[in-house]
Amino acid sequence: MPATIVQTNHTPFNRIAIDPVTLDIIENALRNARIEMDATLVRTAMSPGIREQGDAFPLIADHTGKMIVGQFGSFIDGFLQNFDGTLEDGDMIFLSDPYSVGGAVSHSNDWLVLLPVFKDGRLIAYTSMFGHQSDIGGKVVGSMPINAHSIFEEGVRIPPVKIWRKGEYNEDLIKLVMHQTRKPDWCAADLNALIASCRVAARRVIEMATRFGDDVYVSATQALLERNHRAMKSLIGMAIAEDPVSFEDYICDDGMGAGPYRIKCTMWREGEKVVLDFAGTDPQSQASINFYLNENMFKMFFGIYMIMVFDPQILFNDGFYDLIDVRIPEGSLLKPKFPAALSGRTHALGRIFDILGGLLGQKTPEFLNAAGFSSSPHLFYSGNDTRPGKGGAWFQLFQIGFGGVPGRPMGDGPDGHSLWPGFTNVPNEFLERYFPMRIERYECAPDSGGAGVHRGGDGIHMTYRFLVAGTISIHDDRWFVPPWGVNGGHPGARARKILEKADGTQIIIGNKVEDVEVEAEDQLHFITWGGGGWGDPLERDSALVAKEIVQGLVTAEGARAYGVVADPAGTVDAAATEALRAELRATRGDLPLFDFGPGIEQLRAASLAETGLPAPTQPVWPILQAAE
Amino acid sequence: MGYRLGVDVGGTFTDLLLLETQSGSFWRHKTPSTPHDSSEGILNGVGAICAAAGITAAQIETFLHGTTVATNAVLEGKGARVGLVTTEGYRHIMQIARSFVPGGLAGWIIWPKPQPLAALEDTVTVKGRIDAEGNEVRPLDEADVRAQLGLLRANGVEAVTVSLINAYVSGAHEARIGEIAAEVLPGVPVSLSHEVLPEMQEYERTLTTVANAAVRPVVGRYVANLRDRLANEGMAGKLSLLRSDGGLMSADKAGEHPVNILMSGPAGGVTGAIWVGRNAGIRNILTLDVGGTSTDVALIENLEPRRQRTTEVGHLSVRASALDVKTVGAGGGSIAYVPELTRALRVGPQSAGAVPGPVAYGKGGTAPTVTDANVVLGYLPENLLGGTFKLDREGAKAAVQTIADALGIDLMAAARGIIDIVNENMFGALRMISVQQGYDPRDFAVMGFGGAGPLHVNAVARLMGSWPAISPVSPGVLCALGDATTRMRTETARSFSRLASQTQASDLTAILAEMAAQTRAELLADGVPEDEITSEFEVDVRYAGQAFEVPLTITADVLEADGIAGLLARFDEEHKRLFTFNMDTPHEIVNLRAVALGRALDLPAAPLPQGDGNPIAAKLRDHEVWMEGRLQPAVIYDRAKLRAGDVIPGPAIVCEMDSTTLIESGCTGTVDAVGNILINLA
Repeated sequence: MPATIVQTNHTPFNRIAIDPVTLDIIENALRNARIEMDATLVRTAMSPGIREQGDAFPLIADHTGKMIVGQFGSFIDGFLQNFDGTLEDGDMIFLSDPYSVGGAVSHSNDWLVLLPVFKDGRLIAYTSMFGHQSDIGGKVVGSMPINAHSIFEEGVRIPPVKIWRKGEYNEDLIKLVMHQTRKPDWCAADLNALIASCRVAARRVIEMATRFGDDVYVSATQALLERNHRAMKSLIGMAIAEDPVSFEDYICDDGMGAGPYRIKCTMWREGEKVVLDFAGTDPQSQASINFYLNENMFKMFFGIYMIMVFDPQILFNDGFYDLIDVRIPEGSLLKPKFPAALSGRTHALGRIFDILGGLLGQKTPEFLNAAGFSSSPHLFYSGNDTRPGKGGAWFQLFQIGFGGVPGRPMGDGPDGHSLWPGFTNVPNEFLERYFPMRIERYECAPDSGGAGVHRGGDGIHMTYRFLVAGTISIHDDRWFVPPWGVNGGHPGARARKILEKADGTQIIIGNKVEDVEVEAEDQLHFITWGGGGWGDPLERDSALVAKEIVQGLVTAEGARAYGVVADPAGTVDAAATEALRAELRATRGDLPLFDFGPGIEQLRAASLAETGLPAPTQPVWPILQAAE
Repeated sequence: MGYRLGVDVGGTFTDLLLLETQSGSFWRHKTPSTPHDSSEGILNGVGAICAAAGITAAQIETFLHGTTVATNAVLEGKGARVGLVTTEGYRHIMQIARSFVPGGLAGWIIWPKPQPLAALEDTVTVKGRIDAEGNEVRPLDEADVRAQLGLLRANGVEAVTVSLINAYVSGAHEARIGEIAAEVLPGVPVSLSHEVLPEMQEYERTLTTVANAAVRPVVGRYVANLRDRLANEGMAGKLSLLRSDGGLMSADKAGEHPVNILMSGPAGGVTGAIWVGRNAGIRNILTLDVGGTSTDVALIENLEPRRQRTTEVGHLSVRASALDVKTVGAGGGSIAYVPELTRALRVGPQSAGAVPGPVAYGKGGTAPTVTDANVVLGYLPENLLGGTFKLDREGAKAAVQTIADALGIDLMAAARGIIDIVNENMFGALRMISVQQGYDPRDFAVMGFGGAGPLHVNAVARLMGSWPAISPVSPGVLCALGDATTRMRTETARSFSRLASQTQASDLTAILAEMAAQTRAELLADGVPEDEITSEFEVDVRYAGQAFEVPLTITADVLEADGIAGLLARFDEEHKRLFTFNMDTPHEIVNLRAVALGRALDLPAAPLPQGDGNPIAAKLRDHEVWMEGRLQPAVIYDRAKLRAGDVIPGPAIVCEMDSTTLIESGCTGTVDAVGNILINLA
């Protein structure tokens, strides 16, 4: 049963013509309101995930729930269809359960606040924001157990409930929720921050409606939706062919020994519409790497990639959604059935962007980017600080790492940077001050960026020295299937994790591991993967390769991938370089559009030798049965 | 009688303002900048303004100067070749930076890869480690240090910076490396991060130290050259530069710590606005400094500008105090266009700049700009700069017509649309520094200056609900005025990072006293008499775990009387104003700062003769402007002939040498006692 919206003023909004200037002014004001939401959040949130790294996403929607500004698309319509209750002035909705909102949030760690905005008794807008909570209880610290078999193991699940009901705060609800987490202080601050952001945006909307008139404001939001629709329609006609193109990529493993999992998407145009069909994507996993992909969210990603080039100032909104038909098979990795575990969805979420790039760039290689840092590797470290004077205080760290940005048409990929919007790394001095650890190394991993005329960005080699015994967990990917290169560029290097004991013994550990005990003075080498290369590496200026040897970004050995012969001091042997380049050109054959590496079978065969880890085994899918 | 000369060197013009300190009389002059050697333009200006005032350069007691020389050195990569010594394992600290990629989702596709300010080939690491408590974990390997410094010497670096992990807690290793560097690289200046910025966050501290070292020789040469040339003219007075935080520092000191003058340019306008506000009796001001390519805005509360702890230069964020100035890419030269795909009207951030400039300037520009729209609408009459050049109105019309055609509207509506959108962009920037910081804009006036500020200030005031809109005296040289009227300032900061519950007021007062002594000594060394120096303190507080600190100003007496509890109560109040809530979380005292200030000069503005309220004597001619959707009769006035108390009904245009003020219909401009035009709703 859909939600009942209670309004005291039933006058419908009057659709009136908006002059283009007023429209642009309202668009601009909405953009500012959104920036203000981000600023409010970052300043008041407390968990390092949000305050230092910016893991949160805002949205302002029109009175029907269509997103007018934001970046992850609106889920509100889906929510309204399924919410069995009223929505009235003074209400505020709080939720975290992906299954209640069609995947608008994709794991229970993302807490979402939704504020219906009423003006003079009429619903005029919604504002909403979600942010990643560092801990929501459950079986492991950080609440993202790789080995969960169902969502019940992943901490508190909050269905859509009212945190405020007609202006009255539901304190008991919050007490109940906060009782489930290991970090109620962080969660309380972050939740406050989400609420404050939504309220700020609501105030701005009301100010705008007051300034221009309610009808003008609402009509403007509709015109903005139409503007996106119009723009996307002509783009689609221009850029998407009726012949289907397909692209597939993989999640390396599920942390339980099975993998890789294929994600496949096929795209074609039917008249003015684009179809994006995920048929051929593997079934859901028994572990937590499932990604409940909301169709609207994917439409938004698609739109952003398409439109970026033509008018980057445009405000992305939901207006073009009916031009895109997203088909995701039920029970697949991207639309798992309840109660499949979802907490480890970050890898598939990231991979979606590589797939989009591969799909859209196939027919226009000059705009094609290589595969990149399409995930966010996590480290969890927790325990009691047993150092003298620390009183055995409980600590838990959740940190997101970064790697290499792919080689791009415009040039090299930056080293050790984030592909996620707004994310930053945590200062190492901050880590050392507030956690029992020392960061012994924080440098680029040389040669990890794929060779190309435009080099892929290097990943980061970060070495943590743990100062007290504790437990760590690692969530990373791209350790088995490499990030691909394009237009003749090579794949980037894969991720590695090495635990070095005090006596110097080195233990290769997996890239998705849970509850690994560490001792004081153990060192963890957390090495992220590099971006794929773009274009023929033999075309790269040998002087630049030599310079990068001196800079520690490429090694003398790694320079050979560019056909450059040089010593570790960066002195190039010109004759040998010419000979090597000639030899490589003669023997390598045609340059592939995509270089995926040697292929799954060969990767499997060489896995132990190359990565120190056994190859994952082909996943098998028993008949799924729901928990009810 | 004493003379103070303020000089502001901008991209296009060098502005000068000579102030006679007793009477408040002043002379102003504008001369083209000479980018190959700014001192040339400055000297041209000094000659001209001294002639106008009938004095010699030798009579100038104090030469106060806002300059973008440091900014440009950073932006254009023209700083010194800096070698960086950092901790083993951190060689790529400048390369990785904070991993941040601007531009939102997919922004990485079009983001250029930045080059670090200290080249990677000039970055070396040394063995030795200090922990977060300041204890030595591994001793410094001095043989290794010598070897690494030898590499830098071989590379021919012009400056050495040392920035080690946790140096904000203990600078022992850095200090030792500094000593060795003096031996290995004699004559090469060395900066140590714990001296430049004793604060947590290795990237920011390193960047700040490197930026300082990179800019030092450039600023040093600039100051020496300027001093020589002024000396040749007989000027022997004091030379001071404007800091990013709106205070002054001696030119010598600026040469050593140029990181403090990176935003010297925009700071001048804000300090000028404060002087104007003081004389006009208006204490809360939003500033609107509209230039050719961008607009700077800032907030002044009770005649104190808001400051922030970082200075943003290009893509770099350096840890040095600066006025909280926000910049938007909206100025007179901003180009209007209509993307075919979306058919939206966009204005900026692309700018026609000084070359080719707006179409109306007739210097080859073809793209319609904000200035062109102002010309089309009649807001900018054909004669600028006292008639030295005439604007090409027909050309401007043709250019704006292309926008009108693309949008399917008429010429005037398109021109007004461009103005509305650029005003809206300015409005957005002003909201960020006011509403978003918890201020009610209705408690503020808006002051428009820079070449085009007075053209837009009335409309922006209307959007903000901030009255009056002020067109200050000599809006075109307000930066130079600011340079001339502000006071000496220095500050120092330290990380404290302790829970308030574990801190006594006496812990703070002891450190603050030490910091006060340090900053006072700096001003004394710059020649400020002891009895003119005042000290102020700031304590940054947050809820433990937050990333954002609230700076609270405090005196030692208040701290002793009210204790830590008083401080925390003030924090809670401020947090609630900013973010609408408080929490039970423990408080953390994050940073301490001490500021030493020289005497604030009591520089009055010269009064204007009193008029009878009728501005008719200043009328130049009748005119027409397009406003509120129709052509309206308007009057053009000569600002130089206005008298105190004159009341100008809108629509009207007030012209002067270097600026044009627009008074909209429905508003009235009143000339105050010292010549500011205060615009209010009629």
